[in-house]
Amino acid sequence: MKEFSHLVGWALLLIALAVVPLFVHSARWIDFLEMTLFVAVLGQGWNILAGYGGQYSFGHALFFGTGAYIQAILQVKLGFSPWVAMWFAVSGSVLVAASVGYLSFRYGLRGSYFALITLAFAEAFLVLSRSLKSITEGGNGIQVALNQDPEQAIATFQFNFAGPFLSEYGFYYTIFIILIVAFAITAWVERSRFGAQLVAVRENEDAAKALGINAFRVKMGAICLSAGITATCGVYYVQKFLFIEPGIAYGPAKSVEALFAPIIGGLGTLLGPLLGSIFIHGVGELTKATIGQALGGRPGVDLILFGTILILVLAFVPRGLVGLLQSGWARLTGGRDA
Amino acid sequence: MLDVTGLSKSFGGLKAVTDAHLSVSEGQIVSLIGPNGAGKTTLFALISGFLKPDEGRTNFLQTDVTGRQPHEICQLGLVRTFQVVQPFANLDVRENIAVGAHTRIANRKLALARAADVARLVGMEGTLDQPAGDLTIAGRKRLELARALATEPKLLLLDEVMAGLNATEIAELVQVVRRVRDSGVTIFLIEHVMQAVMSLSDYTYVLNQGVMIADGAPKDVTSSPEVIEAYLGHGAAERVAKMGGANA
Repeated sequence: MKEFSHLVGWALLLIALAVVPLFVHSARWIDFLEMTLFVAVLGQGWNILAGYGGQYSFGHALFFGTGAYIQAILQVKLGFSPWVAMWFAVSGSVLVAASVGYLSFRYGLRGSYFALITLAFAEAFLVLSRSLKSITEGGNGIQVALNQDPEQAIATFQFNFAGPFLSEYGFYYTIFIILIVAFAITAWVERSRFGAQLVAVRENEDAAKALGINAFRVKMGAICLSAGITATCGVYYVQKFLFIEPGIAYGPAKSVEALFAPIIGGLGTLLGPLLGSIFIHGVGELTKATIGQALGGRPGVDLILFGTILILVLAFVPRGLVGLLQSGWARLTGGRDA
Repeated sequence: MLDVTGLSKSFGGLKAVTDAHLSVSEGQIVSLIGPNGAGKTTLFALISGFLKPDEGRTNFLQTDVTGRQPHEICQLGLVRTFQVVQPFANLDVRENIAVGAHTRIANRKLALARAADVARLVGMEGTLDQPAGDLTIAGRKRLELARALATEPKLLLLDEVMAGLNATEIAELVQVVRRVRDSGVTIFLIEHVMQAVMSLSDYTYVLNQGVMIADGAPKDVTSSPEVIEAYLGHGAAERVAKMGGANA
Protein backbone atom coordinates (compact mmCIF):
# COMPACT_ATOMS: atom_id res chain seq x y z
CA MET A 1 0.00 0.00 0.00
CA LYS A 2 2.77 2.36 1.06
CA GLU A 3 4.82 1.41 -2.01
CA PHE A 4 1.80 1.99 -4.24
CA SER A 5 0.97 5.43 -2.85
CA HIS A 6 4.64 6.38 -3.25
CA LEU A 7 4.51 5.36 -6.90
CA VAL A 8 1.35 7.35 -7.52
CA GLY A 9 2.88 10.36 -5.79
CA TRP A 10 5.97 10.20 -7.98
CA ALA A 11 3.93 9.71 -11.15
CA LEU A 12 1.82 12.79 -10.36
CA LEU A 13 4.92 14.84 -9.57
CA LEU A 14 6.64 13.83 -12.82
CA ILE A 15 3.52 14.53 -14.89
CA ALA A 16 3.26 17.93 -13.24
CA LEU A 17 6.91 18.68 -14.05
CA ALA A 18 6.36 17.45 -17.61
CA VAL A 19 3.42 19.74 -18.36
CA VAL A 20 4.15 22.81 -16.27
CA PRO A 21 6.30 24.61 -18.90
CA LEU A 22 3.45 24.31 -21.42
CA PHE A 23 1.50 26.77 -19.28
CA VAL A 24 4.43 29.15 -19.06
CA HIS A 25 5.19 31.33 -22.01
CA SER A 26 7.67 33.84 -20.74
CA ALA A 27 11.29 32.88 -21.41
CA ARG A 28 12.23 34.24 -18.00
CA TRP A 29 9.98 31.75 -16.22
CA ILE A 30 11.11 28.84 -18.37
CA ASP A 31 14.63 29.77 -17.36
CA PHE A 32 13.49 29.80 -13.78
CA LEU A 33 12.05 26.28 -14.11
CA GLU A 34 15.19 25.04 -15.86
CA MET A 35 17.44 26.38 -13.12
CA THR A 36 15.18 24.82 -10.49
CA LEU A 37 15.57 21.37 -12.03
CA PHE A 38 19.27 22.01 -12.68
CA VAL A 39 19.93 22.68 -9.00
CA ALA A 40 17.77 19.67 -8.06
CA VAL A 41 20.07 17.42 -10.14
CA LEU A 42 23.20 19.13 -8.81
CA GLY A 43 21.82 18.59 -5.30
CA GLN A 44 20.97 14.96 -5.97
CA GLY A 45 24.56 14.31 -7.03
CA TRP A 46 25.81 15.76 -3.77
CA ASN A 47 23.06 13.96 -1.84
CA ILE A 48 24.25 10.49 -2.89
CA LEU A 49 27.69 11.04 -1.40
CA ALA A 50 26.77 13.23 1.56
CA GLY A 51 23.13 12.52 2.32
CA TYR A 52 23.27 8.75 1.94
CA GLY A 53 26.98 8.22 2.49
CA GLY A 54 27.70 10.82 5.17
CA GLN A 55 30.79 12.10 3.31
CA TYR A 56 30.25 15.85 3.30
CA SER A 57 31.94 17.29 0.25
CA PHE A 58 32.50 21.01 0.16
CA GLY A 59 33.97 20.98 -3.31
CA HIS A 60 31.44 19.48 -5.67
CA ALA A 61 32.30 22.26 -8.12
CA LEU A 62 35.30 20.03 -8.86
CA PHE A 63 33.05 17.49 -10.57
CA PHE A 64 30.73 20.08 -12.13
CA GLY A 65 33.63 22.10 -13.52
CA THR A 66 35.55 19.11 -14.83
CA GLY A 67 32.48 17.89 -16.69
CA ALA A 68 31.83 21.35 -18.09
CA TYR A 69 35.43 21.97 -19.18
CA ILE A 70 35.81 18.59 -20.88
CA GLN A 71 32.52 19.16 -22.70
CA ALA A 72 33.64 22.58 -23.90
CA ILE A 73 37.27 21.73 -24.73
CA LEU A 74 36.46 18.59 -26.74
CA GLN A 75 33.92 20.50 -28.84
CA VAL A 76 35.87 23.69 -29.39
CA LYS A 77 39.45 22.45 -29.61
CA LEU A 78 39.01 18.94 -31.02
CA GLY A 79 35.75 19.30 -32.91
CA PHE A 80 33.93 16.50 -31.08
CA SER A 81 30.19 16.20 -31.37
CA PRO A 82 28.58 17.27 -28.07
CA TRP A 83 26.85 13.88 -27.94
CA VAL A 84 30.24 12.16 -27.93
CA ALA A 85 31.95 14.73 -25.74
CA MET A 86 29.44 14.25 -22.95
CA TRP A 87 30.53 10.68 -22.31
CA PHE A 88 34.12 11.83 -21.96
CA ALA A 89 32.96 14.67 -19.72
CA VAL A 90 31.14 12.31 -17.37
CA SER A 91 33.92 9.70 -17.35
CA GLY A 92 36.62 12.33 -16.89
CA SER A 93 34.80 13.73 -13.90
CA VAL A 94 34.34 10.23 -12.46
CA LEU A 95 38.07 9.65 -12.90
CA VAL A 96 38.88 12.82 -10.95
CA ALA A 97 36.39 11.70 -8.28
CA ALA A 98 38.04 8.29 -8.07
CA SER A 99 41.46 9.88 -7.53
CA VAL A 100 40.24 12.29 -4.86
CA GLY A 101 38.21 9.48 -3.26
CA TYR A 102 41.17 7.10 -3.29
CA LEU A 103 43.42 9.65 -1.59
CA SER A 104 40.88 10.62 1.08
CA PHE A 105 39.29 7.26 1.84
CA ARG A 106 42.48 5.20 1.72
CA TYR A 107 43.88 7.39 4.46
CA GLY A 108 40.60 7.37 6.38
CA LEU A 109 39.79 11.08 6.12
CA ARG A 110 36.34 11.70 7.56
CA GLY A 111 34.06 14.58 8.44
CA SER A 112 35.57 18.03 8.20
CA TYR A 113 38.88 16.68 6.89
CA PHE A 114 37.12 15.20 3.88
CA ALA A 115 35.22 18.47 3.39
CA LEU A 116 38.50 20.39 3.44
CA ILE A 117 40.21 18.03 1.01
CA THR A 118 37.39 18.36 -1.54
CA LEU A 119 37.41 22.13 -1.12
CA ALA A 120 41.19 22.17 -1.60
CA PHE A 121 40.95 20.12 -4.80
CA ALA A 122 38.23 22.39 -6.20
CA GLU A 123 40.41 25.43 -5.45
CA ALA A 124 43.45 23.76 -7.00
CA PHE A 125 41.49 23.10 -10.18
CA LEU A 126 40.29 26.71 -10.13
CA VAL A 127 43.91 27.87 -10.14
CA LEU A 128 44.87 25.31 -12.79
CA SER A 129 42.02 26.29 -15.10
CA ARG A 130 43.16 29.92 -14.84
CA SER A 131 46.81 29.19 -15.52
CA LEU A 132 46.72 26.42 -18.16
CA LYS A 133 45.88 28.99 -20.81
CA SER A 134 46.79 26.81 -23.78
CA ILE A 135 44.03 24.35 -22.86
CA THR A 136 41.42 26.39 -21.00
CA GLU A 137 41.95 29.91 -22.39
CA GLY A 138 42.53 30.97 -18.78
CA GLY A 139 40.30 33.61 -17.28
CA ASN A 140 38.73 34.45 -20.65
CA GLY A 141 36.85 31.18 -20.59
CA ILE A 142 35.81 29.03 -23.50
CA GLN A 143 33.05 30.02 -25.85
CA VAL A 144 31.23 27.31 -27.82
CA ALA A 145 30.23 28.54 -31.28
CA LEU A 146 26.54 29.38 -31.53
CA ASN A 147 24.70 27.32 -34.09
CA GLN A 148 22.06 29.24 -36.03
CA ASP A 149 21.06 26.51 -38.44
CA PRO A 150 17.77 24.88 -37.32
CA GLU A 151 18.71 21.67 -39.19
CA GLN A 152 21.81 21.28 -37.03
CA ALA A 153 20.00 21.94 -33.74
CA ILE A 154 19.95 18.33 -32.57
CA ALA A 155 23.43 17.52 -33.87
CA THR A 156 24.96 20.48 -32.07
CA PHE A 157 22.84 19.99 -28.96
CA GLN A 158 21.78 23.64 -29.15
CA PHE A 159 18.11 24.50 -29.18
CA ASN A 160 18.25 28.30 -29.49
CA PHE A 161 17.34 28.28 -33.20
CA ALA A 162 15.70 24.90 -33.33
CA GLY A 163 12.23 25.78 -34.44
CA PRO A 164 8.95 26.50 -32.68
CA PHE A 165 8.78 23.91 -29.89
CA LEU A 166 12.41 22.94 -29.30
CA SER A 167 13.76 26.46 -29.12
CA GLU A 168 11.33 27.25 -26.36
CA TYR A 169 11.26 24.00 -24.43
CA GLY A 170 14.29 21.99 -25.61
CA PHE A 171 16.52 22.76 -22.67
CA TYR A 172 13.72 22.35 -20.17
CA TYR A 173 13.03 18.81 -21.34
CA THR A 174 16.77 18.09 -21.50
CA ILE A 175 17.22 18.88 -17.83
CA PHE A 176 13.92 17.12 -17.09
CA ILE A 177 15.26 13.90 -18.63
CA ILE A 178 18.56 14.29 -16.78
CA LEU A 179 16.55 14.75 -13.60
CA ILE A 180 14.58 11.56 -14.21
CA VAL A 181 17.79 9.60 -14.78
CA ALA A 182 19.50 11.08 -11.71
CA PHE A 183 16.46 10.41 -9.52
CA ALA A 184 16.06 6.90 -10.91
CA ILE A 185 19.69 6.17 -10.01
CA THR A 186 19.08 7.51 -6.51
CA ALA A 187 15.90 5.44 -6.17
CA TRP A 188 17.94 2.38 -7.13
CA VAL A 189 20.55 3.30 -4.49
CA GLU A 190 17.78 3.47 -1.87
CA ARG A 191 16.58 -0.03 -2.68
CA SER A 192 19.85 -1.83 -3.26
CA ARG A 193 22.48 -3.58 -1.21
CA PHE A 194 24.92 -0.88 -2.21
CA GLY A 195 22.62 1.77 -0.72
CA ALA A 196 22.02 -0.19 2.48
CA GLN A 197 25.77 -0.58 2.93
CA LEU A 198 26.37 3.08 2.11
CA VAL A 199 23.87 4.19 4.77
CA ALA A 200 25.45 1.74 7.23
CA VAL A 201 28.85 3.36 6.61
CA ARG A 202 27.29 6.78 7.22
CA GLU A 203 25.66 5.65 10.45
CA ASN A 204 28.67 3.86 11.92
CA GLU A 205 31.72 2.93 9.91
CA ASP A 206 33.27 0.55 12.45
CA ALA A 207 30.05 -1.40 12.90
CA ALA A 208 29.69 -1.55 9.13
CA LYS A 209 33.20 -2.99 8.75
CA ALA A 210 32.53 -5.55 11.47
CA LEU A 211 29.50 -6.71 9.48
CA GLY A 212 31.58 -7.45 6.41
CA ILE A 213 31.20 -4.19 4.52
CA ASN A 214 34.19 -2.99 2.54
CA ALA A 215 33.74 0.65 3.58
CA PHE A 216 36.45 1.87 1.23
CA ARG A 217 34.84 0.30 -1.82
CA VAL A 218 31.36 1.52 -0.89
CA LYS A 219 32.58 5.10 -0.45
CA MET A 220 34.48 4.93 -3.76
CA GLY A 221 31.28 3.79 -5.48
CA ALA A 222 29.37 6.67 -3.94
CA ILE A 223 31.84 9.38 -4.90
CA CYS A 224 32.02 8.10 -8.50
CA LEU A 225 28.23 7.94 -8.86
CA SER A 226 27.92 11.35 -7.28
CA ALA A 227 30.51 12.87 -9.59
CA GLY A 228 28.90 11.30 -12.65
CA ILE A 229 25.56 12.94 -11.89
CA THR A 230 27.19 16.24 -11.04
CA ALA A 231 29.17 16.16 -14.30
CA THR A 232 25.97 15.92 -16.36
CA CYS A 233 25.05 19.30 -14.84
CA GLY A 234 28.33 20.63 -16.22
CA VAL A 235 27.51 19.22 -19.66
CA TYR A 236 24.07 20.78 -19.51
CA TYR A 237 25.48 24.12 -18.42
CA VAL A 238 27.89 24.32 -21.34
CA GLN A 239 25.24 23.37 -23.90
CA LYS A 240 22.77 25.89 -22.55
CA PHE A 241 25.06 28.88 -21.95
CA LEU A 242 27.76 27.95 -24.53
CA PHE A 243 30.36 29.36 -22.18
CA ILE A 244 32.51 28.25 -19.27
CA GLU A 245 35.17 30.07 -17.29
CA PRO A 246 37.16 29.16 -14.16
CA GLY A 247 35.01 31.05 -11.64
CA ILE A 248 31.76 29.47 -12.83
CA ALA A 249 33.29 26.01 -13.18
CA TYR A 250 35.36 25.65 -10.03
CA GLY A 251 34.32 28.61 -7.85
CA PRO A 252 32.66 27.85 -4.49
CA ALA A 253 29.22 28.98 -5.72
CA LYS A 254 28.42 25.62 -7.39
CA SER A 255 29.70 23.66 -4.38
CA VAL A 256 27.38 25.63 -2.11
CA GLU A 257 24.41 25.38 -4.48
CA ALA A 258 24.90 21.61 -4.60
CA LEU A 259 24.61 21.19 -0.85
CA PHE A 260 22.01 23.85 -0.19
CA ALA A 261 19.05 22.17 -1.87
CA PRO A 262 19.38 18.73 -0.23
CA ILE A 263 20.06 20.17 3.22
CA ILE A 264 16.94 22.33 3.09
CA GLY A 265 14.87 19.67 1.35
CA GLY A 266 15.98 16.70 3.44
CA LEU A 267 19.39 14.99 3.58
CA GLY A 268 19.52 11.42 2.38
CA THR A 269 16.01 11.47 0.91
CA LEU A 270 15.08 11.00 -2.73
CA LEU A 271 12.70 13.94 -2.85
CA GLY A 272 14.81 16.30 -0.73
CA PRO A 273 16.98 17.93 -3.43
CA LEU A 274 13.96 18.67 -5.64
CA LEU A 275 11.83 20.10 -2.83
CA GLY A 276 14.80 22.11 -1.59
CA SER A 277 15.52 23.49 -5.04
CA ILE A 278 11.89 24.47 -5.63
CA PHE A 279 11.82 26.16 -2.23
CA ILE A 280 15.09 28.03 -2.70
CA HIS A 281 14.26 29.28 -6.18
CA GLY A 282 10.70 30.13 -5.23
CA VAL A 283 11.76 32.08 -2.17
CA GLY A 284 14.65 33.65 -4.11
CA GLU A 285 12.38 34.99 -6.85
CA LEU A 286 9.80 36.12 -4.33
CA THR A 287 12.33 38.11 -2.31
CA LYS A 288 13.83 39.65 -5.40
CA ALA A 289 10.36 40.67 -6.53
CA THR A 290 9.21 42.04 -3.17
CA ILE A 291 11.91 43.12 -0.71
CA GLY A 292 14.54 43.52 -3.42
CA GLN A 293 12.23 45.81 -5.39
CA ALA A 294 11.31 47.78 -2.29
CA LEU A 295 15.01 48.37 -1.63
CA GLY A 296 15.46 49.66 -5.16
CA GLY A 297 16.46 46.48 -6.97
CA ARG A 298 19.67 45.96 -5.03
CA PRO A 299 21.10 42.47 -5.53
CA GLY A 300 21.95 40.16 -2.65
CA VAL A 301 18.79 40.43 -0.58
CA ASP A 302 17.88 36.86 -1.48
CA LEU A 303 21.35 35.67 -0.42
CA ILE A 304 20.94 37.20 3.05
CA LEU A 305 17.58 35.47 3.33
CA PHE A 306 19.05 32.11 2.19
CA GLY A 307 21.65 32.30 4.93
CA THR A 308 18.95 32.93 7.51
CA ILE A 309 16.80 30.09 6.17
CA LEU A 310 19.75 27.67 6.20
CA ILE A 311 20.47 28.47 9.86
CA LEU A 312 16.80 28.09 10.79
CA VAL A 313 16.49 24.77 8.94
CA LEU A 314 19.64 23.35 10.54
CA ALA A 315 18.50 24.48 13.99
CA PHE A 316 14.83 23.51 13.89
CA VAL A 317 14.17 21.07 11.03
CA PRO A 318 17.31 18.95 10.70
CA ARG A 319 15.36 16.48 8.56
CA GLY A 320 14.46 19.25 6.15
CA LEU A 321 11.22 19.86 4.28
CA VAL A 322 10.74 16.13 3.68
CA GLY A 323 10.88 15.52 7.44
CA LEU A 324 8.44 18.37 7.97
CA LEU A 325 6.04 16.89 5.40
CA GLN A 326 6.34 13.41 6.88
CA SER A 327 5.50 14.51 10.41
CA GLY A 328 2.69 16.72 9.07
CA TRP A 329 1.30 13.78 7.10
CA ALA A 330 1.61 11.51 10.14
CA ARG A 331 -0.39 13.98 12.21
CA LEU A 332 -3.08 14.21 9.51
CA THR A 333 -3.49 10.46 9.15
CA GLY A 334 -3.46 9.85 12.89
CA GLY A 335 0.01 8.72 13.79
CA ARG A 336 0.81 6.09 11.16
CA ASP A 337 4.02 6.89 9.35
CA ALA A 338 3.85 8.49 5.94
CA MET B 1 38.58 -23.63 14.36
CA LEU B 2 40.31 -20.57 15.82
CA ASP B 3 43.97 -20.75 16.81
CA VAL B 4 45.76 -17.78 18.27
CA THR B 5 49.49 -18.12 18.79
CA GLY B 6 51.74 -15.61 20.53
CA LEU B 7 49.58 -12.55 19.86
CA SER B 8 51.07 -9.33 21.30
CA LYS B 9 50.10 -5.69 21.08
CA SER B 10 51.40 -2.60 22.82
CA PHE B 11 50.16 0.96 22.73
CA GLY B 12 53.24 3.11 23.30
CA GLY B 13 54.75 1.78 26.50
CA LEU B 14 51.64 -0.10 27.57
CA LYS B 15 51.63 -3.80 26.81
CA ALA B 16 47.93 -4.45 26.26
CA VAL B 17 48.28 -8.09 25.26
CA THR B 18 51.45 -10.18 25.68
CA ASP B 19 52.03 -13.50 23.97
CA ALA B 20 48.45 -14.72 24.06
CA HIS B 21 47.73 -18.32 23.02
CA LEU B 22 44.27 -19.78 22.76
CA SER B 23 42.15 -22.05 20.62
CA VAL B 24 38.44 -22.50 20.12
CA SER B 25 37.04 -25.68 18.62
CA GLU B 26 33.90 -26.01 16.60
CA GLY B 27 30.58 -26.22 18.42
CA GLN B 28 31.91 -24.91 21.73
CA ILE B 29 31.08 -21.90 23.82
CA VAL B 30 34.40 -20.56 25.07
CA SER B 31 34.68 -17.59 27.40
CA LEU B 32 37.38 -15.05 28.09
CA ILE B 33 37.29 -13.45 31.53
CA GLY B 34 39.56 -11.12 33.44
CA PRO B 35 39.45 -7.92 35.47
CA ASN B 36 38.76 -4.55 33.87
CA GLY B 37 41.61 -3.39 31.67
CA ALA B 38 43.02 -6.89 31.28
CA GLY B 39 43.14 -6.55 27.50
CA LYS B 40 40.14 -8.70 26.59
CA THR B 41 38.57 -6.28 24.13
CA THR B 42 42.00 -5.57 22.64
CA LEU B 43 42.44 -9.30 22.06
CA PHE B 44 39.05 -9.42 20.31
CA ALA B 45 40.02 -6.42 18.18
CA LEU B 46 43.25 -8.17 17.20
CA ILE B 47 41.45 -11.36 16.22
CA SER B 48 38.73 -9.58 14.23
CA GLY B 49 41.14 -7.35 12.32
CA PHE B 50 40.34 -4.00 13.91
CA LEU B 51 43.88 -3.81 15.32
CA LYS B 52 47.05 -5.19 13.81
CA PRO B 53 49.14 -7.29 16.21
CA ASP B 54 52.83 -6.49 16.80
CA GLU B 55 53.59 -10.20 16.91
CA GLY B 56 51.83 -13.53 16.61
CA ARG B 57 49.32 -15.16 14.32
CA THR B 58 45.62 -15.77 14.11
CA ASN B 59 44.45 -18.83 12.22
CA PHE B 60 40.79 -19.21 11.40
CA LEU B 61 39.61 -22.38 9.64
CA GLN B 62 43.20 -23.18 8.68
CA THR B 63 43.58 -19.76 7.04
CA ASP B 64 46.04 -17.20 8.31
CA VAL B 65 43.93 -14.08 8.90
CA THR B 66 46.56 -12.06 10.77
CA GLY B 67 46.39 -8.42 9.74
CA ARG B 68 43.50 -8.90 7.33
CA GLN B 69 40.76 -6.25 7.09
CA PRO B 70 37.71 -6.67 9.37
CA HIS B 71 35.32 -7.02 6.43
CA GLU B 72 37.42 -9.81 4.90
CA ILE B 73 37.49 -11.67 8.19
CA CYS B 74 33.74 -11.25 8.53
CA GLN B 75 33.21 -12.63 5.04
CA LEU B 76 35.24 -15.70 6.03
CA GLY B 77 32.74 -16.29 8.84
CA LEU B 78 34.26 -14.65 11.92
CA VAL B 79 32.25 -11.71 13.23
CA ARG B 80 32.49 -9.62 16.39
CA THR B 81 30.03 -7.51 18.38
CA PHE B 82 30.96 -4.36 20.25
CA GLN B 83 31.02 -3.91 24.00
CA VAL B 84 29.84 -0.34 23.51
CA VAL B 85 26.84 -1.02 21.28
CA GLN B 86 27.05 0.56 17.82
CA PRO B 87 23.55 0.53 16.34
CA PHE B 88 22.78 2.31 13.05
CA ALA B 89 20.61 4.68 15.09
CA ASN B 90 18.56 6.22 12.26
CA LEU B 91 17.59 2.87 10.77
CA ASP B 92 14.91 0.60 12.17
CA VAL B 93 15.69 -2.81 13.65
CA ARG B 94 14.83 -4.67 10.45
CA GLU B 95 17.13 -2.47 8.34
CA ASN B 96 19.90 -2.78 10.93
CA ILE B 97 19.83 -6.56 10.80
CA ALA B 98 19.49 -6.52 6.99
CA VAL B 99 22.87 -4.75 6.76
CA GLY B 100 24.38 -7.88 8.27
CA ALA B 101 22.31 -10.14 6.02
CA HIS B 102 23.59 -8.28 2.93
CA THR B 103 27.03 -9.75 3.55
CA ARG B 104 25.69 -12.99 2.07
CA ILE B 105 22.54 -11.85 0.26
CA ALA B 106 22.59 -9.30 -2.56
CA ASN B 107 18.83 -8.96 -3.01
CA ARG B 108 17.26 -6.30 -0.80
CA LYS B 109 13.90 -8.06 -0.32
CA LEU B 110 15.54 -11.38 0.61
CA ALA B 111 17.88 -9.60 3.02
CA LEU B 112 14.95 -7.90 4.74
CA ALA B 113 13.11 -11.21 4.99
CA ARG B 114 16.22 -12.87 6.42
CA ALA B 115 16.45 -10.02 8.94
CA ALA B 116 12.97 -10.86 10.21
CA ASP B 117 13.99 -14.52 10.64
CA VAL B 118 17.10 -13.60 12.61
CA ALA B 119 15.06 -11.21 14.76
CA ARG B 120 12.81 -14.13 15.72
CA LEU B 121 15.85 -16.18 16.74
CA VAL B 122 16.96 -13.53 19.24
CA GLY B 123 13.42 -12.59 20.33
CA MET B 124 13.20 -9.19 18.63
CA GLU B 125 10.30 -9.88 16.29
CA GLY B 126 8.13 -7.36 18.18
CA THR B 127 10.45 -4.41 17.61
CA LEU B 128 11.26 -4.86 13.91
CA ASP B 129 9.89 -1.47 12.86
CA GLN B 130 11.30 0.54 15.76
CA PRO B 131 14.19 2.91 15.12
CA ALA B 132 17.32 1.37 16.65
CA GLY B 133 17.96 4.63 18.48
CA ASP B 134 14.77 4.11 20.53
CA LEU B 135 15.71 0.66 21.86
CA THR B 136 16.46 -0.01 25.54
CA ILE B 137 19.98 -1.12 26.41
CA ALA B 138 18.82 -4.74 26.49
CA GLY B 139 17.28 -4.28 23.05
CA ARG B 140 20.49 -2.79 21.68
CA LYS B 141 22.55 -5.68 23.03
CA ARG B 142 20.21 -8.10 21.30
CA LEU B 143 20.44 -6.05 18.12
CA GLU B 144 24.25 -6.31 18.19
CA LEU B 145 23.86 -10.06 18.43
CA ALA B 146 21.20 -10.19 15.71
CA ARG B 147 23.18 -8.12 13.22
CA ALA B 148 26.25 -10.26 13.74
CA LEU B 149 24.20 -13.43 13.35
CA ALA B 150 22.68 -12.18 10.12
CA THR B 151 26.13 -12.33 8.50
CA GLU B 152 25.87 -16.13 8.94
CA PRO B 153 29.08 -16.51 10.92
CA LYS B 154 30.79 -19.75 11.81
CA LEU B 155 32.43 -18.14 14.82
CA LEU B 156 30.84 -15.33 16.81
CA LEU B 157 32.87 -13.09 19.15
CA LEU B 158 30.53 -11.59 21.75
CA ASP B 159 31.97 -8.70 23.74
CA GLU B 160 30.02 -8.35 27.01
CA VAL B 161 26.54 -8.77 25.60
CA MET B 162 25.17 -9.22 29.14
CA ALA B 163 26.68 -6.10 30.70
CA GLY B 164 24.12 -3.66 32.05
CA LEU B 165 21.21 -6.08 31.90
CA ASN B 166 19.04 -7.15 34.84
CA ALA B 167 18.77 -10.74 36.05
CA THR B 168 15.71 -11.61 33.94
CA GLU B 169 17.24 -10.15 30.80
CA ILE B 170 20.45 -12.06 31.45
CA ALA B 171 18.57 -15.32 31.88
CA GLU B 172 16.76 -14.70 28.57
CA LEU B 173 19.93 -13.83 26.72
CA VAL B 174 21.69 -16.93 28.08
CA GLN B 175 18.91 -18.95 26.46
CA VAL B 176 19.35 -17.04 23.22
CA VAL B 177 23.12 -17.66 23.17
CA ARG B 178 22.52 -21.34 23.76
CA ARG B 179 20.00 -21.46 20.93
CA VAL B 180 22.52 -19.76 18.64
CA ARG B 181 25.17 -22.35 19.53
CA ASP B 182 22.70 -25.15 18.92
CA SER B 183 22.00 -23.71 15.47
CA GLY B 184 25.65 -24.46 14.63
CA VAL B 185 27.54 -21.28 15.48
CA THR B 186 30.66 -21.52 17.63
CA ILE B 187 30.83 -18.81 20.28
CA PHE B 188 33.74 -17.04 21.94
CA LEU B 189 32.61 -14.51 24.52
CA ILE B 190 33.97 -11.91 26.89
CA GLU B 191 31.82 -11.67 29.99
CA HIS B 192 31.84 -10.22 33.47
CA VAL B 193 28.52 -11.75 34.50
CA MET B 194 29.85 -14.92 36.16
CA GLN B 195 26.39 -16.51 36.30
CA ALA B 196 26.38 -16.46 32.49
CA VAL B 197 30.01 -17.59 32.15
CA MET B 198 29.53 -20.53 34.50
CA SER B 199 26.33 -21.77 32.94
CA LEU B 200 27.31 -21.23 29.30
CA SER B 201 30.93 -21.99 28.73
CA ASP B 202 32.61 -25.26 27.94
CA TYR B 203 36.04 -23.76 28.41
CA THR B 204 37.39 -20.55 29.91
CA TYR B 205 40.49 -18.42 29.46
CA VAL B 206 41.56 -15.85 32.03
CA LEU B 207 43.47 -12.77 30.99
CA ASN B 208 45.14 -10.43 33.49
CA GLN B 209 47.25 -7.40 32.55
CA GLY B 210 47.54 -8.69 29.03
CA VAL B 211 48.82 -12.11 30.06
CA MET B 212 46.87 -15.35 29.91
CA ILE B 213 47.07 -16.62 33.50
CA ALA B 214 44.80 -19.65 33.44
CA ASP B 215 42.56 -21.76 31.27
CA GLY B 216 40.35 -24.80 31.75
CA ALA B 217 36.81 -25.74 32.67
CA PRO B 218 35.02 -22.76 34.23
CA LYS B 219 34.73 -24.36 37.67
CA ASP B 220 38.43 -25.20 37.91
CA VAL B 221 39.50 -21.84 36.62
CA THR B 222 37.45 -19.82 39.09
CA SER B 223 38.89 -21.70 42.05
CA SER B 224 42.49 -21.27 40.92
CA PRO B 225 44.41 -19.08 43.42
CA GLU B 226 46.01 -17.04 40.66
CA VAL B 227 42.64 -16.07 39.22
CA ILE B 228 41.21 -15.16 42.61
CA GLU B 229 44.20 -12.92 43.27
CA ALA B 230 43.87 -11.27 39.89
CA TYR B 231 40.34 -10.27 40.74
CA LEU B 232 40.53 -9.64 44.49
CA GLY B 233 44.13 -8.61 45.06
CA HIS B 234 47.29 -10.08 46.57
CA GLY B 235 46.65 -12.49 49.42
CA ALA B 236 42.98 -12.88 48.64
CA ALA B 237 43.30 -16.54 47.67
CA GLU B 238 44.60 -17.40 51.13
CA ARG B 239 41.76 -15.57 52.86
CA VAL B 240 39.15 -17.18 50.63
CA ALA B 241 40.62 -20.60 51.39
CA LYS B 242 40.54 -19.84 55.15
CA MET B 243 36.88 -18.89 54.91
CA GLY B 244 36.35 -22.30 53.42
CA GLY B 245 34.50 -21.01 50.37
CA ALA B 246 35.87 -21.58 46.93
CA ASN B 247 32.97 -19.65 45.42
CA ALA B 248 34.89 -16.55 44.48
